[in-house]
Amino acid sequence: MLRFVLRRCGLAVPSLFGLLVVTFLMIRLVPSDPAAAMAGDAATPEQIALLRHKYGLDQPVWDQFVVYLGRIVRLDLGESAFTHRPVATDIAQRLPATLELIFASMFLSVGLGVPIGVLAALRHNEMPDFVLRVLSVLGVAVATFWFAIMLQLLFSMQLHWLPLRGQLADSVPRPVNITGFLLLDSLLGRRWDAFGDALAHLVLPAVTLAFGGLSGIARFTRAGVLDTLQNDFVFYERAMGFRRSRLIWRYVLRNSVTATVTQIGLLFGGLIAGGVVVEAIFDWPGIGSYTVQAILTGDRQVMLSVTLLVGVIYAVVNILTDLVHGLLDPRLLDRT
Amino acid sequence: MIPLLHVSDLHVSIRTDAGIASVLDGIDLTLERGRILGVVGESGCGKSTLIRTIMGILPKGARADAGEILFEGENLLAFSEAELNSRVRSSRIGFIPQDPLMSLNPVFKVGTQMLEIMRDHAPPDGLRGAARQRARVQRLVGLLRRMQVPDPETALERYPHQFSGGQRQRLLIAAALACAPGLVIADEPTTALDVTTQHEILLLLRELVGEFGISLLFVTHDFGVVAELCDDLCVIYAGQTVEAGPVHAVLSAPAHPYTVALLACHPDRADSFQGIPGSVPSPLAPPPGCRFTPRCLHTTLPCSAAVPTGRSAVGTAVKCVLYA
Ligand SMILES: Nc1ncnc2c1ncn2[C@@H]1O[C@H](COP(=O)(O)OP(=O)(O)OP(=O)(O)O)[C@@H](O)[C@H]1O
Ligand SMILES: [Mg+2]
Repeated sequence: MLRFVLRRCGLAVPSLFGLLVVTFLMIRLVPSDPAAAMAGDAATPEQIALLRHKYGLDQPVWDQFVVYLGRIVRLDLGESAFTHRPVATDIAQRLPATLELIFASMFLSVGLGVPIGVLAALRHNEMPDFVLRVLSVLGVAVATFWFAIMLQLLFSMQLHWLPLRGQLADSVPRPVNITGFLLLDSLLGRRWDAFGDALAHLVLPAVTLAFGGLSGIARFTRAGVLDTLQNDFVFYERAMGFRRSRLIWRYVLRNSVTATVTQIGLLFGGLIAGGVVVEAIFDWPGIGSYTVQAILTGDRQVMLSVTLLVGVIYAVVNILTDLVHGLLDPRLLDRT
Repeated sequence: MIPLLHVSDLHVSIRTDAGIASVLDGIDLTLERGRILGVVGESGCGKSTLIRTIMGILPKGARADAGEILFEGENLLAFSEAELNSRVRSSRIGFIPQDPLMSLNPVFKVGTQMLEIMRDHAPPDGLRGAARQRARVQRLVGLLRRMQVPDPETALERYPHQFSGGQRQRLLIAAALACAPGLVIADEPTTALDVTTQHEILLLLRELVGEFGISLLFVTHDFGVVAELCDDLCVIYAGQTVEAGPVHAVLSAPAHPYTVALLACHPDRADSFQGIPGSVPSPLAPPPGCRFTPRCLHTTLPCSAAVPTGRSAVGTAVKCVLYA
């Protein structure tokens, strides 16, 4: 088991290193003079030279790369040209909001997608299967921003059930910062008012983000279950009188979700990407809206840091996905 | 005393895209307590369908149109799915499947699967909670030891892929006996195994019948296996029982033209290999009456009418107008 984990982590090293090289080259090579670009149009030649020296741009490229690696390892990601604060600080502050949103939509899309997929497989070519097909088409066809705006129009503007944007109403004081995760901090601080309000704010963006992934997860689950049901061991388990609910939700499902887990891993990446749009629409104070702001203001340091961050998250999710596969199917563990 | 299992005039059809397939068309068989009944027939003659009908797990579109399956005097065809689960499967009828490699769930420990079988079907033992669980594990370990599974104490903690094919068949035999059923049904349980392993498993099954007080319904296409293992024999051709009786009687004095022809071309007996001319009729368009008629050497007789059951000289039941 430990060997399996270490192996998977080892496999992630080359791709992460590649990512570092690419981001490094993007900083150093894309603008002809990065120091001038950093300093802005109004800078004097002396200021530019100072910056060049400060960031080691007058050193050989190899030395610069080593310095760059050292800074990354110390989580020194530079300073945002827009907020004038260390990028690492900004990210640390905003990442929990994004993760909260992503986990909420994962929870929704997995929690609904898996049962829908199982039902569609059991009621093959009947009503639940039909519903899933409609959902799938919608999940692919409907643009995220349109869906988000429709939800806002209906549930906030029309019905006034849910807040329009943001993470917490201005009238609600933020709970004491313990973990950075708003919902968690409200719980830990027993701030039920903040918890309820944060939850209400979370619903619409999470639903928007979950929508696309939901149909994918349901489709993969459905295909997996249909496939598993063909196996001899399902007939055997029925013949031995396994209780139907346990047969389906435990013995069949465990065999069926391999593809679903891969899909969930991919979905996580998709959620980070999709989160950019959703965070912008719902004014969600996370990494996504930070990125949009950076792109609009040309804040290169932030863009590169976010690229790095997303790469690291992808690598971690990949390792986790493999790990879950290993836990689900013991044959994989014995093979490595 | 009534027989343990008595199937009479069983008809099963399957609705397919190509039409209605009449897969079983008059199956009669009787299994007496404490005996081993071999059901023999060529591939496609409906052996697995017969077993599925007895277990109440028919494929989509399949239906029992007529007949009875009397098990301990009760007609299983009248049982609901829930009744079969609560009163028949595992608790009174154990099942040994054909392919030991494919029949265990690959992602669960052997013990998990065997305890799941015992969960709803083990005979009451007056214990509860952890004590009951321990007793069940103990029973399983004892069964595995009896089946000569290596390291029976740790076997329950292992996964199916960590056992060989022969060992997995032993696991499945233990699973079939876990809830102490009176009847065990085996669907060609040795076909997937090599000859030596097959022989060991047959010996084991033979011993278990007396030891555990079970009766065995053993399906196979191999007369050699029948001769080695069974007390009684029921020969099936294209979904119809053609001949039934004690093994030695049928094998030494086959009566039905199909049995005669089949035994004549068995490699152990035939001087030179020869098949039966013609081929098995499709269940979609079977000939009326006796389905062996198109290939039979005695077709001057009125074979296309309903076939009566007669007696051969040695007392086997024969469905052929020659013996009516
Ligand atoms: N689900 C199904 N749909 C249509 N026809 C079927 C189905 N299952 C079985 N049949 C047909 O029923 C007949 C009997 O099949 P069955 O599997 O019972 O034979 P068998 O004697 O067990 O064969 P084998 O020795 O190859 O296992 C065959 O002609 C087969 O084509
Ligand atoms: Mg079969």
